[in-house]
Amino acid sequence: MADTSGRWLYAIARELDTDALTGLRGVAGAPVHVVEDAGLVAVVSAVDLAEFGAEPLKRNLEDLDWLAATARAHDAVVTTVGGAAPAAVPLRLATVCLGDDRVRELLIRRRPDLESALALLTGRTEWGVKAYADPDALAAADAPAEPGGQGGQGSKGGAGTAYLLRRKAQLSAREKAERNASAHADRLHRELAALATAARRHPPQDPKLSGRKGWNVLNGAYLVDDAKADELAAAVERLGGEVEGVRLELTGPWPAYSFAGVEQGAEEAAR
Amino acid sequence: MTEIGQPASSALGSSQASGGHQPANLGDILERVLDKGLVIAGDIQVNLLDIELLTIKLRLVVASLETAKEVGINWWENDPWLTGSNGTRELERENQELRERIARLESGRDEPRQVEGASDEDEPVDVVNGELAEEEEPARDERR
Repeated sequence: MADTSGRWLYAIARELDTDALTGLRGVAGAPVHVVEDAGLVAVVSAVDLAEFGAEPLKRNLEDLDWLAATARAHDAVVTTVGGAAPAAVPLRLATVCLGDDRVRELLIRRRPDLESALALLTGRTEWGVKAYADPDALAAADAPAEPGGQGGQGSKGGAGTAYLLRRKAQLSAREKAERNASAHADRLHRELAALATAARRHPPQDPKLSGRKGWNVLNGAYLVDDAKADELAAAVERLGGEVEGVRLELTGPWPAYSFAGVEQGAEEAAR
Repeated sequence: MTEIGQPASSALGSSQASGGHQPANLGDILERVLDKGLVIAGDIQVNLLDIELLTIKLRLVVASLETAKEVGINWWENDPWLTGSNGTRELERENQELRERIARLESGRDEPRQVEGASDEDEPVDVVNGELAEEEEPARDERR
């Protein structure tokens, strides 16, 4: 663990129950340890710079299997830390320092940011809520009974025209369903955000990834008081039954990835 | 290897029927660890956004359709729900041909006639109209 060894950082916490980390292994299977400074605890593990130095790290991050394993290991440690402390700030993947002393310097340098992040996160948990719209159900529910009803000119023209207008109506119904689903997602987010201390919308997930049928119209993250967790779950259940063709999914508890950044205020304003 | 510290807390929300709300979904994890979390400048500087292949692969895995489009990945255009344009354009072309044939058969004329009342923001139909707009609609159309 001398010169060829770096430190991979997972999370920074305070009042961490270090017993919970016993036997815990992080990226590349290395055991985790803590680096402390005046109450702030960084959870780290040693990494070989031959694999985790700047150049090899860039290369390895291009390898999706390596990335997947590393991301899971990172998340697993971050999750454990979050469960063993009143608050923990998850760090972005691939934060690497050259030794424990450098980690300590970092704790000192970023103390104000870290303190305020920890204050925000204490007693709160991040939850994810995704909404999936079933395009068929939405379009069917919205499809006009008579084609050509829009212009009130349905009687004009022959069979070809009627066919085209009917086709157009189908397309319009689909577009309308899409707009409705999008508006509904905005509404859902507002209602859920009202229960949360902070809320964030992530880009919709690809259907290929989620393996879920349907269109991911809402991919939200909500930082919720632990006392309100049940309320959030109830709200998700209630809202999920509100609109036919829109299904809600609650995920979590998550480490507070979405609310760890200090730039969060600006980001939120931009969305 | 590693253990998950948080309980699955299955009591929370019967809305996730599949029970998959433990952070097992790789996409959910990647989305968070790569794009969220506190950024602290360590000694090893790797800008995740600079990694080209990673970016492209992640577009396939986690990215939104919009950003994927920016890097030219468009496999989803085979998806009938997501297409919007491509598939419908083919259909509309077919529609146009059929419509023209029907119009000819019904009117006994050879000239295609323009469809009216089908022009709003609906793009494929606009294409039809645009192509046909060159031909003036004959006033003698008996269905007027």
